[in-house]
Amino acid sequence: MQEEKKVELKEQEPYSLNDDRRVKVLSPGAMVVKRFFRNRLAVLGMVMLIVMFIFSFIGGVVSPYGEDEQFYRYEDQMKEYVAAVKNEVFRYTAADGQKFDSVLQAKFQLAVEKKENSFDYKDVVYEMQQEGEDLYSISSDGVLLAIAAKDIVNTEGEELPFSIKHEALKAYANEQESFALNGKDYQLDEEGNIIDGENVIGYISRLVVSAAAPDVKVSRQFKEELEAIIDADKDEFVFVGEDGTEYEYKISYDATTKNWSVKQGKATYVYDSYSKPSKAHWLGTDKNGMDMLTRLMYGGRVSLIIGFIVVIIETVLGVIFGGLAGYFGKWVDQLIMRIVDIFYCIPSMPLIIILGAAMDAAKVDPSIRMFYLMLILGFLGWPAIARLVRGQILSLREQEFMAATEACGIRVSRRIFKHLIPNVIPQLIVTCTMSLGSTIIMEATLSFLGLGVKFPFASWGNIITDVNSAYVMTHYWFVWIPAGICLLIAVLGFNFVGDGLRDAFDPKMKR
Amino acid sequence: MRKYIVKRLLLSVMILFCVTFIIYTLLRCLPASYVETTAMQLASAPGAKPYEEWLEQLNAAYGLDQEILPGYITWLGQALRGQFGDSWKYAMPVLDKFNEVIWLSFIMGAIALLLELIIAIPLGVIAATKQYSRTDYAITAGALVGISLPTFFFATILKLIFSVKLGWFDLYGLVGRDFALLDPVGQFLDMANHLVLPIATLVIVSVGSLMRYTRTNMLEVLNSDYIRTARAKGLSEKKVIYEHAFRNTLIPLVTIIGGSLPGLFSGALITETLFTIPGIGYTSFEAMRIGDIPFSMFYMSFLAILTLASNLISDILYAVVDPRVRIA
Repeated sequence: MQEEKKVELKEQEPYSLNDDRRVKVLSPGAMVVKRFFRNRLAVLGMVMLIVMFIFSFIGGVVSPYGEDEQFYRYEDQMKEYVAAVKNEVFRYTAADGQKFDSVLQAKFQLAVEKKENSFDYKDVVYEMQQEGEDLYSISSDGVLLAIAAKDIVNTEGEELPFSIKHEALKAYANEQESFALNGKDYQLDEEGNIIDGENVIGYISRLVVSAAAPDVKVSRQFKEELEAIIDADKDEFVFVGEDGTEYEYKISYDATTKNWSVKQGKATYVYDSYSKPSKAHWLGTDKNGMDMLTRLMYGGRVSLIIGFIVVIIETVLGVIFGGLAGYFGKWVDQLIMRIVDIFYCIPSMPLIIILGAAMDAAKVDPSIRMFYLMLILGFLGWPAIARLVRGQILSLREQEFMAATEACGIRVSRRIFKHLIPNVIPQLIVTCTMSLGSTIIMEATLSFLGLGVKFPFASWGNIITDVNSAYVMTHYWFVWIPAGICLLIAVLGFNFVGDGLRDAFDPKMKR
Repeated sequence: MRKYIVKRLLLSVMILFCVTFIIYTLLRCLPASYVETTAMQLASAPGAKPYEEWLEQLNAAYGLDQEILPGYITWLGQALRGQFGDSWKYAMPVLDKFNEVIWLSFIMGAIALLLELIIAIPLGVIAATKQYSRTDYAITAGALVGISLPTFFFATILKLIFSVKLGWFDLYGLVGRDFALLDPVGQFLDMANHLVLPIATLVIVSVGSLMRYTRTNMLEVLNSDYIRTARAKGLSEKKVIYEHAFRNTLIPLVTIIGGSLPGLFSGALITETLFTIPGIGYTSFEAMRIGDIPFSMFYMSFLAILTLASNLISDILYAVVDPRVRIA
């Protein structure tokens, strides 16, 4: 009882000045953590990395689009539809059973220009009679041979007999509203329609409309509409076609050929490439009409995974070889270090470029190619880590605790991997973090040059490749700037964290 | 010392043999090389010989009909006599092409290195003397941003700002459109103008590591006992830092700068390619892309020699500059 009271008292008592409990003792690990979190840059780097990881690994799941889902849009493309010309020359219609060939046409033309009433050819005299403005009838010996007119009779349905055409033209030229033929009455309205009782059997117009493509059929209404538009001197109109769809037309006049060319606006289904950022695509779309933001997410996944796998390969190889060399020394060390020297001397960038070009030529499948890329990068990177591990182990080997492990009779493999390697790990973590950054840059550079990760896989590097065309660079910032920034943030994050870790692990550091 | 150098030289030669052999083997083993492509093209011409005959003829012409080991020995024998063969892509002797382009790369590299030194060393020293201050954070962060910038991205941003928006420089190439019309001074200025962006890219991307190296070493020196002694005996801070500390920081700096001198000849593969500057980097990139074996072999052996040389130089300098280091 008394004893307990004494303890209680002692706990309430303030610590004396040199009491050990006044000093908060931290484990080495906690010290490292504390030092790390005091470094503002390191914390910033950590935040950057976390953001990038969430963006890449969770973003792909959240995003409503797939990695290589393509989007389409309708694009208005103006296509040549019809050409229209106002008739300025005489057109000839021969009477039933008669001929009016080109020689006679030429002679007629001359006679009209000379304002004569007749012309002759091969001892036959042809008489021409003006029946209205720009309307002539040609006959010889009282027989009607042909009519020449600048207006054109278009038939609606059945071909009209010559006599109706003739009478209709005559009436049209003289601005009559009706004419009679064979005891039948025909009406002519203002628009030039020839009406037989109720039915419109044809119409007269000066506009010749010819289709630009063989599959285009030009309807009557369209022609009339076009004529009206041309007379009104407009250059755009909308017309509802027979199938009920509305089309937009643009008219342009070519003064040298006196032609109106009419273009039809037709919606075409195309890849929605390089569309500007919008609600549906926050960062727009790329060349193939894929959502940029989603590509960036998947690209980040690829870039980060490649970085990690490469660094893991490097580290495993480096630790094994460096550990062996450092621990055994002598000829093992000599051999391994010479191999390391050789690897150091192999210029890695040119080698990877050559391998990439060879894979291009062999048309290696993109997914296998990605796998090769990781192997190559990992295999070229291990010597640096092996050197580091060896150097560390050489100095650690001489320390007392290693003599103790030997005295205890611990197995060699256990001595290396349980007692030596853990002491190398701080240095190793720093180097690995830094080399994650440089591996990601390396991969991005290769992909940028078209020698790394290939379509359909996305990687931050191959997203930026589009910038090789100066037009994309200057006009579509959203295609390459976000990818570059992602790349920069991720690499910077690794470097900040690596730098912070280096300082935190260093016991000589003041803070 | 002499013994050490001789030993290192012999070792370097051995390593060089191994490296060139490995590269040669790799180049020969790669599928679908230049020869196959050319044979395919020749065979597809109307009335041409079949593909196999062309392949055989071309292989014989290019000396590829040998096995790998005899092929390597042939190559080595010729290389030792200074004959690296004709480049397939450029259709001229490899060495002539090399002579044509190497100096441009060297000049670019030398200017870039000089600028790096001018920028990196003072900033590194300042960062170290004001450790954990705002200046230090800014410099360290700046250095890390430089290291983290992918060359191609940074170069593109420079192009966008200075070539497209401001129109100060051309996007590509070493010479402008009307280069031939200019007088010599104008030609020189034109080339200089075209080199501004590539050199800026090189400097920004690689200045960071030198800056950090300076800072780390300066910090180490500043924490050492003799600096404390110097302060204790009442020297001014200026004298402590610029006479006692900085001179000792120079030891690792001189070592690493000496080691980077051979690298001036290696060219900047990515930067030159991005700006289409016809230096050794761009020239070999183009050659390597189509699998031009003689040129690739030469370039890679050359790079290997440069690496070996720079290792050797920095090791020797280390011993020469620092009187405390003695090599038996």
